[in-house]
Amino acid sequence: MKKFDKERVLLAVAGPVIALVVAVALTSVVLLASGKNPIEPYTLMLEQISYSDVQVLTINQAGMYYLAALAVAVGFRMNLFNIGVDGQYRLAAMTTAVVGAHVALPAPLQIPLLMLVAMLTGAFWAGIAGILKTTRGVSEVVATIMLNAIATSVIGYMTLTENFGVPVGNNQTTGEMHESGWFPGISMGESGEIYGFVIIAALAGVLYWVILNRTRFGFDLRATGASPSAAAASGVNAKRMVLSAMLISGAVAGLAGMPILLGDTHTYSLSFPAGLGFTGIGIALLGRNNPVGIAFASLLWAFLDKASPALDYATPVAYDKEIAVIMQGLIVIAVVVSYEAVRRWGLKRQQRRVGEELAAAARDNNGNNDTVKEVAAR
Amino acid sequence: MANHDIRLIVRKGTVHALVGENGAGKSTLMKILYGMQKPDEGTIAVDGTRVSFSSPADAIARGIGMVHQHFMLADQLTVLENIVLGSEKLHGIGGAARRKIAEISERYGLGVRPDAMVEDLGVADRQRVEILKVLYRGATTLILDEPTAVLVPQEVDALFDNLRELKSEGLSVIFISHKLGEVLSVADDITVIRRGTTVGTAIPSETTPRQLAELMVGSELPTPETAESTVTDRAMIEVDKLKLLADGESGRALLDDISFTIHEGEVLGLAGVEGNGQTELIDALIGLKHADSGVIRMAGEDITDLATRHRREQGIGYIPEDRHRHGLLLESPLWENRILGHVTERPNAKGFWLDPKGAQADTRRIVEQYDVRTPGIDVTAASLSGGNQQKLIVGREMSHKPRFLIAAHPTRGVDVGAQAQIWDQIREARREGLAVLLISADLDELIGLSDTLRVIYRGRLVADADPATVTPEELGSAMTGAASGHLEHVEEDPEEGSADASEDEAR
Repeated sequence: MKKFDKERVLLAVAGPVIALVVAVALTSVVLLASGKNPIEPYTLMLEQISYSDVQVLTINQAGMYYLAALAVAVGFRMNLFNIGVDGQYRLAAMTTAVVGAHVALPAPLQIPLLMLVAMLTGAFWAGIAGILKTTRGVSEVVATIMLNAIATSVIGYMTLTENFGVPVGNNQTTGEMHESGWFPGISMGESGEIYGFVIIAALAGVLYWVILNRTRFGFDLRATGASPSAAAASGVNAKRMVLSAMLISGAVAGLAGMPILLGDTHTYSLSFPAGLGFTGIGIALLGRNNPVGIAFASLLWAFLDKASPALDYATPVAYDKEIAVIMQGLIVIAVVVSYEAVRRWGLKRQQRRVGEELAAAARDNNGNNDTVKEVAAR
Repeated sequence: MANHDIRLIVRKGTVHALVGENGAGKSTLMKILYGMQKPDEGTIAVDGTRVSFSSPADAIARGIGMVHQHFMLADQLTVLENIVLGSEKLHGIGGAARRKIAEISERYGLGVRPDAMVEDLGVADRQRVEILKVLYRGATTLILDEPTAVLVPQEVDALFDNLRELKSEGLSVIFISHKLGEVLSVADDITVIRRGTTVGTAIPSETTPRQLAELMVGSELPTPETAESTVTDRAMIEVDKLKLLADGESGRALLDDISFTIHEGEVLGLAGVEGNGQTELIDALIGLKHADSGVIRMAGEDITDLATRHRREQGIGYIPEDRHRHGLLLESPLWENRILGHVTERPNAKGFWLDPKGAQADTRRIVEQYDVRTPGIDVTAASLSGGNQQKLIVGREMSHKPRFLIAAHPTRGVDVGAQAQIWDQIREARREGLAVLLISADLDELIGLSDTLRVIYRGRLVADADPATVTPEELGSAMTGAASGHLEHVEEDPEEGSADASEDEAR
């Protein structure tokens, strides 16, 4: 049994490692093709790890990526493709910002209230796609893409000055939130402040694992993802499962914008980060929908984001920071290919090993053939 | 290792049977012969020339053709179109092809109509189209993979006539099967394969099915006969005028006017050619499809509107006909598969929470008790052979003390030792009051295990029979719709006597 555990770890690590190696190699090819040094950009970026301000920025960014990717992963675990995380977290952040600006409760109440608002908004927006799928059979992919566009328009409308918008300079915000709703950060002195919400993100990861692996609901969800037909025969109500998964995914997505909203900007504005939801899809893929894997993937992604600007200012030769974007794109493609390859290879390998072990056992038992006969003749 | 040290010689103009249990390695061997897989060692020679196949196209070029167990025909095309598809170069797609097909059909007595739509053909006709397809491509050696699995006895006889025709024309046939009676009646030579290697050859005229079975499994053959009746008068499952319509416009009745009662301690065997409503009946009983009209009662309680999970919690056990689709999570470890279907019940769960420890411990028990051959409970279900997967499923379902068991092909693909064990389990549970709906393509199993027999044909229960007296041939004719009502055996007395005798022998 020990052997198979080691095997599992090997298989789990092989996929991402192969993908990363391939992505780095391909990026080098791109660099070579454009007549640049194919190694130096990596060393420049790696140097950035040692700067504490880059570390803080990376962790803060990773916290948001982590929540967005968890939201995507919940859907993935049952073969639901929630592309709408992007719309869900933006709408949730906007709504939360508005509520935070107009409601003033003491902090112990205000922060849970804001989180609840964010989760409900995200769940509501994802739930629309869930209901469309269960009642009308509309593909959640199409519905959530549409809902992203609608979310953008709704946010645009709600942040008009005659509604909840407050112009600040040439930016359009939702007004400053009451201070009781600010989530306390962890000060790192000169280097800045780590968002306190990063801890919530980590807790969400733990909760995700517990629910999926230790509850009946989680088992049903995973079973549905692994084999819809077997899950149905085992008594899973497929429609209810789709709706629940969409609601949970949306609720988690709603939290994705909270680290920066409650920890830094305290308002929703035109410059609020966009695209977290799409990045989350890539990160969930890279992290294999596993909470620890997603954590590493989020950190890697955030690091590439935050270390790459240094390329622009490098001396004597400056590089384009878009190299990091190319790398991220290549990682996603490589991940998809390498995971499938590793998965098949792993299955085959295990089948063969089981066959071998059984053959070996059969050889050892050759003397015991009589007992087999007895069983059969009974 | 799926195959090793295989030695197989097929003479020209003969039917050569390859027998072995499922999982013995027959399919792998055939894939190698047909170029779908490359051997790691060893050689293949055709007409004395050593050959190496890297694709089925190579094999066909050498005159080796394969008729798969699952037919590979396009339903929406005619027979002619299906046959020429992919071989347009041979005789075109028009008159020449039609003439060629007619000629082959005539020569081997296949009786294929080139312009019929494949979707209108029955299973036996489709099989003949598959055979013709292979002959059309110039095959001189035909591999038939379990060709009789989908046929009723009368159709099997017709197929064997075709095979004799083929060999009299100088063609060779490799016939894969694990039905020994058939093998002995049609084959000229027999090669037995066990655990991936050829263990011997037999000459049909000098061999009995029992000897062959012993060679095949290395042990004795069990019989499915049941002993004294345990049927009670307490109804466990009552189905009353069940009707299920197809989705969509047509609204064709998939099940029509189905009524039956299974008492505690009773096994009701349902005979029928696959695709006559068995799947739909199972779905309706387990709650995957809801009946359009009619009532299902379990122990007097109306369960017609209950959801699947609720029904299973009430004590419905389910051995599905397609274990990969309905019974297992192939890429999950065995102990998670042990939870599947019983996630709300002990030892798998404590209230809202899963109990992995409990499930793992119980999986070990099942593996031990049901002789599931596996190195551990953490391997994926996909890495077990079909028979071992089945044993795990049976173990899982029996572990929850079902009151009503739906057993669809419970011993399909299972080795003979395990087959006996599964039969024993069903008999034992029956003695304790289990009601069983048994669906099986193996008529001997049906007749041997059942207390009552029903025949399903086109969604209706058309006939019933007494398993003590009915013969497989009589059942077969009802399965094709040729007979209905109560199947009375004509020569009641001598048959009764011989049935008793064989039962005594089995004890």
